[in-house]
This record gives sequence, C-alpha cells and structure tokens, in this order.
Amino acid sequence: MNPDDDEGHGRSGVSRRGFLGGSVAAAAAPLLVTAVDATPAEAAEGDGLVAVRARINGRTVTTRVDPRATLLDTLRERLELCGTKKGCDRGQCGACTVHVDGRRVLSCLTLAVTANGAEVTTIEGLADGDELHPMQQAFIDHDGLQCGFCTPGQIMSAVAMVHEGHAGSGEEIRERMSGNICRCSAYPFIVDAIRDAQKVMGR
Amino acid sequence: MKPYDYTQVRSVRQAIRHAGEGTAYLAGGTTLVDLMKLDVMTPARVVDINRLPLRGITFDRDGLHVGALERMSDVAADRTVRRHYPMIAEALELSASAQLRNMASIGGNLLQRTRCGYFRDVATACNKREPGSGCSALTGVNRIHAILGTSDACVATHASDLAVALVALGTDVHVASARGTRTVPLDTFYTLPGTTPHVENVLRPGELITGISVPSSKWAAHSTYLKIRDRQSYEFALASAAVALELHRGTIKQARVAVGGVGTKPWRLTTVERALAGRPATAETFESAVGNAADGARPLAHNAFKPALLRRTLIRALTVLQERR
Ligand SMILES: Cc1cc2nc3c(=O)[nH]c(=O)nc-3n(C[C@H](O)[C@H](O)[C@H](O)COP(=O)(O)OP(=O)(O)OC[C@H]3O[C@@H](n4cnc5c(N)ncnc54)[C@H](O)[C@@H]3O)c2cc1C
Ligand code: SF4
Ligand code: FES
Ligand code: FES
Repeated sequence: MNPDDDEGHGRSGVSRRGFLGGSVAAAAAPLLVTAVDATPAEAAEGDGLVAVRARINGRTVTTRVDPRATLLDTLRERLELCGTKKGCDRGQCGACTVHVDGRRVLSCLTLAVTANGAEVTTIEGLADGDELHPMQQAFIDHDGLQCGFCTPGQIMSAVAMVHEGHAGSGEEIRERMSGNICRCSAYPFIVDAIRDAQKVMGR
Repeated sequence: MKPYDYTQVRSVRQAIRHAGEGTAYLAGGTTLVDLMKLDVMTPARVVDINRLPLRGITFDRDGLHVGALERMSDVAADRTVRRHYPMIAEALELSASAQLRNMASIGGNLLQRTRCGYFRDVATACNKREPGSGCSALTGVNRIHAILGTSDACVATHASDLAVALVALGTDVHVASARGTRTVPLDTFYTLPGTTPHVENVLRPGELITGISVPSSKWAAHSTYLKIRDRQSYEFALASAAVALELHRGTIKQARVAVGGVGTKPWRLTTVERALAGRPATAETFESAVGNAADGARPLAHNAFKPALLRRTLIRALTVLQERR
C-alpha cells in the first residue's frame, strides 16, 4: 500500500499479502467472492511484481504480474485460458475480445494490473456447463466460422453487442461488429448467426 | 516493452504529485499500451488514473461538461449528447471499434498520437519520435498524411475524430497541475509541428486533463460529422468534416466548420464559416463557400487528391445537414 494514499483505500480490510502464494487460486470460489473490490493494485512490491485479484469466469483468481503484462498474455500464459486469441496484439483485429465488468474490450491493450478487482469473462466462461451459450450454438448452426481463429473474439463481441441493444438490423450488426476481423471472411454467416442468437437471447 | 514503475492513484492531488517529466498517465491505454509495446513511448513511470473521480456527463445553461475519464462509448450513447450535440456522438461512433470505444477515455482521445507509420516504427527516422532524426514520410509513403499546417519537419495528421467536432464547437479543455488549474480552448491547445513536431500541445509535463466543456449554442443541435476512409468502418479518416448550421427560414445565420484527416491538428475553417453566413442554404452556396477550404495546402507525392476530397467532403456534409432539416 502506498503510504501517500490519501483517499478511499483498503475498503475490504483484506490483506493482499495473504493471497500471493499460488498463481491461480482456482478452487477459491467461496472465498472472498464478494470482495472483488478489494485491495487495489497500488504499486509494485520489491520484486517489481504487482498483486492482482480478479473474478475470472466466476472464479476468484489471485496472481502477481509484471506491470507490463497484458490481460491477454496473462490469461493465455499464466492462467491457461487459451481460448482468447492473439491476432495482431495491436488493437486492430478483435481476436482478443473479452468482457471486463460486462463490457467488451480488447485484452491485448488492457494491462493485467488494471483488471484488479474486475469481473472478467472469456470464451471459456460463456457456456453453462455442457450447454453452449446461444451465440456459440448459433455460430455452429450457421457455419459462422472457417478456421475458427477469430471466433472466440467474434462470439464475445457479439454477445456484448446484443446486450448493448445494438443488433437491430444486418447493417447495424455489421457496423457494430467491425472491430472483429475475419480473415476467412465468414461475415455473412456470422451476421446470420448473430441475428438468430439474438432471438434466443431476447427470450 | 521497457520497464516502468506502475502506480495507481486515487485523487487528482495524488496523481499530480506522482507525475512529471518521464511520466505517462494511463487511462484506457489504447494509445499508451500500444505505443509502449512498440517502444515508441517509453515512460519511466505509468500513473494509472482510472480510479480518479473524473467522471460525469452534465448539461447546464453553459453547455456540456464531460469528465476526462468518461469512455467514448458512454458519451456517444448519452441522450443529451445525441440530442444537443449530434456531431459529437457521430464522431465518436465513427471512431475505432465498439471494443476500443468501451476502453478509450475522452482525455486520452484528445492526446492520442498520430498514425503515421514511420512514427510507429522505431527502425525509421522520425522527428516527432526522435527530434532531429529526420522525417521519413516527406519522401516516403505519405498518402494518409496532412496537407494543412505541415512543415518540413513533420507532415503527420492528428488522428482524432472527436477533436475535430470539439474544435468546431469551440470546446474548452480543463487541466490541473501542481501550479493549480487552468482552462485552454481546444483550438489553441494543439500546436503546429513547425521545427518541434515532438511538441503537440500546450500541456506541461505532469499536467492532467480533468474534463472538457462544450458551450451551448444555437447551432450545435443541428450538426453532423462525415468521415471518408478507405474502408467503411474501423478506419481512420482520409478526410472528415464537422459542420453545424444555424438556419433561419432557409438562410444560414451562423456556421461552424472543422475538418480532419487533412491537418496536423484538428482544422477549423473560419473562412468557410464566414462564406456561409448570411447566405441561403443551397447547393450553390455550399459549392462556392468551400472554394477556398484548402487554401495554403501543401500536397505530398501520394496525397494530391486531398484538397479536392476535402472540398467534396464538406459539400456532402453540408448537404446532409441541410436535408436533415
Ligand atoms: C485500432 C485502432 C483504431 C482506432 N481508430 C480511431 C478512429 O477511427 N478515430 C479516433 O479518433 N481514434 C481512433 N483510435 C484511437 C483511440 O480513439 C485512442 O487510442 C483513444 O481515444 C485514447 O484514449 P485512452 O483513454 O485509451 O488513452 P491512453 O492510451 O490511456 O492515453 C493516451 C495518451 O494520453 C495521456 N493521457 C490519458 N488521459 C490523460 C489525462 N486525463 N490527462 C493527461 N494525459 C492523459 C496518456 O499518458 C497517453 O500519453 C484508434 C485506436 C486503435 C488502437
Ligand atoms: S510525418 Fe511526422 S510523425 Fe511521420 S515520420 Fe515525419 S516526423 Fe515522424
Ligand atoms: S489481438 Fe487484440 S485486437 Fe488483435
Ligand atoms: S474463421 Fe478464420 S479468421 Fe474468422
């Protein structure tokens, strides 16, 4: 904790140091689940790493990261969540799209430290057990993919767009999905899939 | 990426205390993280300002006030903004992608760096990135570069769409530093490249943008933003126009005009504004008023199309607006 901190710190009263052990507190779900807004990532410790705790796909995860690490690399390399893809790593393709606090964002331009206290959902967290999310099912039903590399990003983006209330027409879908590039150009089927899933999601 | 110290701050006072030469504030990170990965920006310290209370979109008699940390998507979706300042919402929605707009802040947007490919490539000479090293774009590939406000040292455009709309509307930027607070008109906030293209605005090291104010006016509600680009979405402007008209029985009482994609800063066109004022809102008026829009332009080898594109973009924006009435 920074000694200069003069406002609003330490709301949870939970010691950060108690959670620095493992890189993934995988089974810690009942523990501190509600304390997502806990001790903030404030500054690096002596070894230059910063502690981060976030809820990822419904599980509380605590890890220590280099302040330079992106959320994308942290998910893929540290937390073994490789469903989120790295296309350009420059904010130009959308393959790395995840939800942070319910909003679709690019994990390649998000520093992992800034996800402290956040709720993160990746493609791995979308299905309900064995039952696919309607958007996943619709992509399969409509052949909304060829190689599939862009697909996790497309699906995460599409789910958020439907929640944003901006999937009204094919034209609107194309505009609001323009941040997700598909090299295989599966666009027409992607639009069909979204239109279909939207009906199911709206129910 | 070069190593840096990361600090998260909770108050403006604390932010200012931590900042100075070699410091970068982190908002949405969509410019900063991108450029740090490329080693184009190499701050020794990154100060995360995302928990500062620089939020809020409010509207009163003086106009619209937006906190520096409001996100592009939230400002674009705001009902007051859409109703009273449509060109702001349009400029935002034509920017970047839905994901980037969810991340990017208003303060960060105004301070985004140019998309000149040489600026982003540390293997090439660039006066903006490395003062005195030369300008690769002058003799290189310069199709997307500026024609207005350029110098022999730099011909890069300012890439923000929002800033073009805000300059047209006469926006003020509020900043804070250890010396106190001050307010700067956005138009004079940006500086021309001249011989010092690495200096892009009047912010002093460590100075923090806290918010913007857009005055209320008789023309802001009747405004539009038109963006012309190489693909229909998720692309920067080759030319863009922010236009606002106050009309009275088919006559233009006042006009506000600024253009993007063509200038080294968001480019207000007061000559076009004057040429429109007092004239009937007709195709002939638009055609003649934009005649001098590209005066003083210095086209480069690959962007000689821009003066004509600029004039036609303006005419189309004015026509769209006229037909909307
Ligand atoms: C692929 C891509 C496409 C894009 N397309 C467009 C487009 O079409 N149109 C467009 O206008 N923009 C576009 N952008 C740019 C985008 O809008 C900007 O990157 C974004 O607005 C920057 O905001 P941010 O909050 O992420 O800033 P950051 O990256 O967090 O910060 C940017 C700079 O501002 C400084 N800073 C941030 N906030 C403050 C503050 N309050 N006070 C002082 N300094 C501050 C930072 O230190 C940094 O130097 C695009 C970006 C990408 C990656
Ligand atoms: S145009 Fe400006 S930013 Fe681009 S290479 Fe020349 S000096 Fe650098
Ligand atoms: S990998 Fe993030 S946008 Fe391409
Ligand atoms: S399915 Fe191959 S990139 Fe989209």
